[in-house]
Amino acid sequence: MSTLLEVEGLARHYPVKKGVLVQRQIGTVRAVDGVSFSVKRGETLALVGESGCGKSTTARLVLRLIEPSAGTIRFDGQDVTHAGGAAMRALRRRMQIVFQDPYASLNPRLTVGDAIAEPMQVHGIGDADARRAKVQELLRLVGLAAFHAERYPHEFSGGQRQRIGIARALSVEPDLVVCDEPVSALDVSIQAQVVNLMKDLQARLGLSYLFIAHDLSVVKHMADRVAVMYLGQIMEIGDKRSLFRDPRHPYTRALLAAIPHPDPARRGKVTPLGGDVPSPMNIPPGCRFHTRCPFAQDRCRSEAPELRAVGSNHAAACHFSESLPDAGLDYSGGLTEAAARRLALYDAARRRAA
Amino acid sequence: MAAQDLLRIEGLRTSFRTSAGLVRAVDGIDLSVKRGQTLGIVGESGCGKSMLSLSIMRLVPPPGRITEGRVLLEGRDLLTLSTAEMRQVRGGQIAMIFQEPMTSLNPVHSVGKQITEAMRVHSPGSSAGQLRDEAIAALKRVRIPSPERRFDEYPHQLSGGMRQRVMIAMALACRPRLLIADEPTTALDVTVQAQILDLLRELQAETGMSIILITHDLGVVAEMADEIAVLYAGKVAERAPSRALFEDPQHPYTLGLLGSVPRLDEERDRLLAIDGSVPPPFAFPSGCRFHPRCPFSIGPCTTAQPPLRELAAGHEAACIRAPIETSLSLEDAA
Repeated sequence: MSTLLEVEGLARHYPVKKGVLVQRQIGTVRAVDGVSFSVKRGETLALVGESGCGKSTTARLVLRLIEPSAGTIRFDGQDVTHAGGAAMRALRRRMQIVFQDPYASLNPRLTVGDAIAEPMQVHGIGDADARRAKVQELLRLVGLAAFHAERYPHEFSGGQRQRIGIARALSVEPDLVVCDEPVSALDVSIQAQVVNLMKDLQARLGLSYLFIAHDLSVVKHMADRVAVMYLGQIMEIGDKRSLFRDPRHPYTRALLAAIPHPDPARRGKVTPLGGDVPSPMNIPPGCRFHTRCPFAQDRCRSEAPELRAVGSNHAAACHFSESLPDAGLDYSGGLTEAAARRLALYDAARRRAA
Repeated sequence: MAAQDLLRIEGLRTSFRTSAGLVRAVDGIDLSVKRGQTLGIVGESGCGKSMLSLSIMRLVPPPGRITEGRVLLEGRDLLTLSTAEMRQVRGGQIAMIFQEPMTSLNPVHSVGKQITEAMRVHSPGSSAGQLRDEAIAALKRVRIPSPERRFDEYPHQLSGGMRQRVMIAMALACRPRLLIADEPTTALDVTVQAQILDLLRELQAETGMSIILITHDLGVVAEMADEIAVLYAGKVAERAPSRALFEDPQHPYTLGLLGSVPRLDEERDRLLAIDGSVPPPFAFPSGCRFHPRCPFSIGPCTTAQPPLRELAAGHEAACIRAPIETSLSLEDAA
């Protein structure tokens, strides 16, 4: 698989100013503070982390919806960071975004058909007839009906709107789709529909996804590789299997240990991480996670660990990656036999009905 | 009424008269909460779970109205109380916390002022000094570090998790017998969610209060609840002790929910989603409200509303076809 997107040392700092007439800078918010990763063709890389970790800012930086303070972005070998108007426009066609909130991301005054056709119009793709035909094709592709093109966004449910958002992103046939928490606002049953749709579309169209999420269960289902962010930096990045089975950073472990399992038999195994995320205006020295890390040593308070390889296709930014005790993560359990049997019957009946 | 029940809801109906027709947001719900236990209420948006909790508190916004049923708190029907009596129950015997701790706190008053305000209503004789001490003790109870300093701070100075702790401190200030927690951790990060769930469990062990936990998250409810009620379109679809619900799920909607959640403990290529979406309350279908989305639905499901039926001790489901494997094999034999 060839590399489609390559990001190196990406950063975005915001000055914090005080004063009305004479403004002076009193600090800097390091929203994204030196992030490097790559996405291969046809692959899904998930960026996960808690609120304020910089994952959504990273997503917008990649598309240059926000200008980076430092770092480079290369897309299919071309420099995105310094691309001028025409070159940038050509690149944007190939990189699209799907937003979290399906209620806020569609213009209420455009019909769904016009909303989906708009990116094609912007990029001068096809004539009106060709675009109309393409809209019909896209609506079917995302599981909606052709007549929906005449309707307005308010007539649709959240899940349907997210399908519309996806159709709109796909209208210009991009190679990369940046998905910024695309299913977080949806109910579980609808979330499952959209997750399935996104996986189908990827298989069918060979898309690459940069998938921003905070829910590690969804990430485990969607991603090929996972990058865990904390306070603007990547703490751990790796192949999904190896990262979930053997996380080498205490923060990744804490995230995994905090997820309650849908299984009352395993109650009480959730271990909360103490404290709160520090302000990105006041990032702790040394390892930025040391204030909450149960394994922190003196070295962690002074020396920032580099992201370094801890296995094949697996890197972690922790001085003590190799010597961490067993993570004690338990992925046993799963559905009981009775539940699994009924779920299989449910699935079979659903397929017959479809 | 069983002696161990703190709260018992019987045949509760709450409706809204709108231009689109009569909306039955809560439509004949029977539930009970045992002393010192947690009842989890699970469902997706539009299932009526928040309207149920507002109905218990008699805080249904107009034009909504509770039209039928009883809400018995230790045997006393809350729906027959006067406004003044009900005000004593709210915050006194029953307290509530909500999803968004930022919008539930008043941004222009200090944390301390907001906590003492609630206390003053329920114990009018106390002096300012006493109230302050009590409020600081309340903040300490919810494990807020340096509570004396936090007392004078404003909501914007606190993190989301801290705000939810303050909300819990306020809710528990008057030692309620029942805490209604409506999606208390939905707006929080997963590590903070774990802290808050831990705290609720500890406080429950300390005070012996009962909790109604309303959530859409099957993980959260599995972690917390003793009993679970699954709501769909204003009705109880299934009700069971926690383990029974997860180990022996009966209602097709419960099955669909379980199939929709991605799990860390299982590899699945595709999630088993539920087709379609929750109908809007003014357009609930006839018969079983889940039938248009149900892969097992048959003729009678489209006309008659299925009653809750006991399938095992304490385990009820409102589905005429449950247990489904028995129904299907009978069908095959015929």
